[in-house]
Parts: sequence; C-alpha cells; structure tokens
Amino acid sequence: MKQLNAILEGVGSVVQLFLKSLSYAGTLPRQGTRFIEQCYMIGYTTLPIVAILSFFIGTVLALEAGYAMEGFGAKEFIGSLVGLSMARELGPMMTSVLLAGRVGSAIAAELASMKVYQEIDALTTMNIPPAKILVLPRLAAVLVMMPVLIIIANIVGWFGGSVVARYVSYVGISPEAYFAALRHYTKFKDVINGIEKAEVFGFVVVLVCCDIGLNTKGGPREIGAAVTRAVVVSLILILVLDYFVTKILL
Amino acid sequence: MDAPSCSKTRNPFTGAEANAVGVKVADVNKSYEGMSVLKDLSFEVLPGEIFVIMGPSGSGKSVLLRLIAGLESPTSGLITVDGQDPCLEETRDRVRLALVFQAGALFNSLSVYDNLALYPREHRSGDEQSIRQKVMHALKILSVEDAVNKFPSELSGGMKKRVSIARALVMEPQLLLYDEPTSELDPVMSATITEIIATLKNEYSVTSIVVTHDRSLALTIPNRVGILMDGKLITLGTPAELQATKDPVLVDFLNPKIDIAHPRFKKLETQETSQ
Repeated sequence: MKQLNAILEGVGSVVQLFLKSLSYAGTLPRQGTRFIEQCYMIGYTTLPIVAILSFFIGTVLALEAGYAMEGFGAKEFIGSLVGLSMARELGPMMTSVLLAGRVGSAIAAELASMKVYQEIDALTTMNIPPAKILVLPRLAAVLVMMPVLIIIANIVGWFGGSVVARYVSYVGISPEAYFAALRHYTKFKDVINGIEKAEVFGFVVVLVCCDIGLNTKGGPREIGAAVTRAVVVSLILILVLDYFVTKILL
Repeated sequence: MDAPSCSKTRNPFTGAEANAVGVKVADVNKSYEGMSVLKDLSFEVLPGEIFVIMGPSGSGKSVLLRLIAGLESPTSGLITVDGQDPCLEETRDRVRLALVFQAGALFNSLSVYDNLALYPREHRSGDEQSIRQKVMHALKILSVEDAVNKFPSELSGGMKKRVSIARALVMEPQLLLYDEPTSELDPVMSATITEIIATLKNEYSVTSIVVTHDRSLALTIPNRVGILMDGKLITLGTPAELQATKDPVLVDFLNPKIDIAHPRFKKLETQETSQ
C-alpha cells in the first residue's frame, strides 16, 4: 500500500511538472541559449556512443539472422530483418536506454545537486520557476534531438549489418543484395513509427529525471540515490511504454 | 521602539518608490515527521523595519526564515507578506522578496556576473547595459567587483556570501531576508554588511529580517530583536531593552562569560551523568 502510494505520488508529481512546464511554453523563444545548450548536451554528446552501439547492434543482428536464415536458404532477406528491427524497435529502444544512462543520470544529478545546495530555493525566491528555465528547455531539446539520434542510429546500424553480411564467410551476401532487401521491406512508415516511439521514450525519460532531481530531499548522499532512482525508473518506463506504444502504432 | 522612517521603499538603483511591505506571523507551528520545530509563534514585522531573530543553533531560526520566504508552509497558523501568502506565485509577482542564504546558494554553473544578472534578465527589468550597471554597482558595494568573471567554485566562503548579498541587492527587494549574513566574514566585512543592512533601511525603507548570531549586528541596527529558543519566541524587544534585561537565560545567551575554571561542557557532562 505504501509503495502504491509512492508510485501514485510520483505519477502525480510528474504530471504536475509536465503541465507546469507546458504553461511556460511561450517563453521558449526567449530561452534560445538554454535550448541550444541542452540540444548540445542531449544530442551531440550522446551521438558517439549511440553510433558505436548502433553499429554493433546492426552487426549482431546480421550475424544472428545469417545463422538462423542459412538453414532456410533465405540469407538474402538479412537486410530486411536488420532494416526493420533497427527502424521499428532496436534503434529507438537502445537509443532511449542510452539517453537514460547518459543524459537522464546527468539531469538527475545536476538538478538534485541544485536542490540539495539550495539553488532551487534561490530560484523560487527569485520567482523564477525551475520548470521554466530548467525543465522546459530540456523537454524541447529532447523532442528536437531524438529524431536526429534515431536516424543516425538506424543508418549506422544498417551499415553495421551490411559489413557483416559482406565479410563474414557463412553469411556472405553482397551489399547490393543486402540493401535491396532492406529498401524493399523497410518502409518510410516504419522509420517514422520508430521516431514516434523514441520521442515518447525520450520525453518521458527527461521529464521523469527532472522530477526526481527536483524532488531530492536531504544531504549530498541523496544526489547519488536520486541518480540511481532516475535511471532505474527510466529503464522500467521505457520497457513498459514500449509495449503500449508499439501496440498503438501497429 | 524606533518607528520605521517611512512606508515607501525606495529603489537603491533607480530611486523609484514602492510600498514597503510588512510581515505577519500568527500562531505558527511547524513540525517535521511529528517533531515540533516552531511552537505558537506570533509577531509582526512592520514595513521598513529591521527585525533581528537570534537564538541558539537548532532553535528554528532558519526554518522560520524559509516559512516567511514561502519555501515551506507552516503546519498550522498563518504567515503573510504584505497581507498575502508568501507561498503563492502571485505574491512573489507582486512583492520583490530576496533571501540571502547562509551558504550563498549561488548557481554553480553560472559566473558571478550571470548569477547577479539572472533575476533582472528573467524579469526583463531593463536592457543589458542597465543590468550591467546594476550588477557592477552591487558588486562594488560589496567589494567583490574583481570576482565578476569568476565561477562560485573559485570563490572563498566569505566572497560567496558577499556575492549572494549583491545578488539580493540587484533584485531591488522590498523585503530582504538574511540567514546569518555575517558568518564566515572578517570583522571589517561584517561591519560593512551591518552598514549595508542599516543603509537599506534608513535610505530605502527596505524591510529586513535578519537571522544572526552576531551580537554587534543584533544590538546596534535593528528596530526590534526576537530571541527564539526551542522553537518559542521567549522575548521580543528593542536592542536597549534586551541589553538591560535581568533574565539570567538571556543574560547568559547575550553575554556568555568564559569561565575556564568551571567550563560549561563539564557542567553539561555532569548533568547528563546524573540523568
């Protein structure tokens, strides 16, 4: 019962923060510098790790697909499997997981530290709502940067698959055949579906991490606890939302 | 009691007038997880007054300041700033309230300049040039203009405190709350801060509530001083009344005698053992 109360309180707090941030949406054009800073944090600094991870996801997918499809004599369809898997599921999900670990943890740590060291209180007494200058630019930035990250993740993942398809002996199909299958079976709609999913995951991750950071209570030790909580809650939410969003988009 | 000189606050930078604000604390109680921190507090701070709150560590002074600043709500009772609940955003929209935090609470990711310029920029009070003038003026008053391009992590504790006061000045406050403004400062800088608080009252009628342990501040500039012990306001009077008191608890608190032959900690140890 106590845990259920805590969950409901958490949901209420996140919804409240969302509505409050939304109410300041009109101030975003005046917060250009903060928005660009957050785009840099969320997009640029996450990009290398997203690219590396996506490349290897693509390679593993091609390896496994090659192994499984060899028995059916359907190796030429590896491109379609890698293409669809990356675009619809693995691209958005793994990028969101990385976002939770890389960006979500940093957001929770920064805001929790500001709370513990009374910077949030200082903002409140200055009548500068934290939702306006700390949350809104991050939410806007994640909505802009997630599609960019997903498109890059997909392209790099597809390329990773083609490298395995070409150079691993038991797979051994040409890049032309790999990309022909990929193009034939992976539609524009699949890529858009993946981007829509990632937008939901990214938005929720940033919102939840902001809320956990802003609600930190106690001393410096609580900063670490807030980071752990933010990452764990984000990962759980990504997996749970994945089912529901997929169901809606199918 | 000295009556506040006027009921209008004058802006230190522009000279513009605004109504000075008063604070009312009525039957306020505050407890955390059943532990009572403030007990039935009632007093009023008049517009343009300097009101000092003294008391031993842990007596609830900073909590009281947080309640007046609207950062927390009382468990029961009522606090009003200029007749309105300080927790409401509308009150903060109407009344310029600044709080000087004990540890400074400067924004670590911003330079000293940006720390001070944040409030006027966010509230669009003037163009960048007039903001710069205000910021530099406030830093100069506190003798920290050399730190303008530094970050808080590069400042000493005392400098952080002075920058924090400068940040409050830039807000052109009608009500200024200070949490231990002279702690961590050398005697000259403590005297400067005391003079600044007095000047803001005398020339600009800024209402000030000061939580402090600094006797020289508490017994020179305020209109009234309240002593808080165990969450209760045990006395309220002018500095002259407090200095003339015969109450042994207050006498010991305000003028503690250092007795090396019979140290206090030994007495405390004896009391604890007998209990």
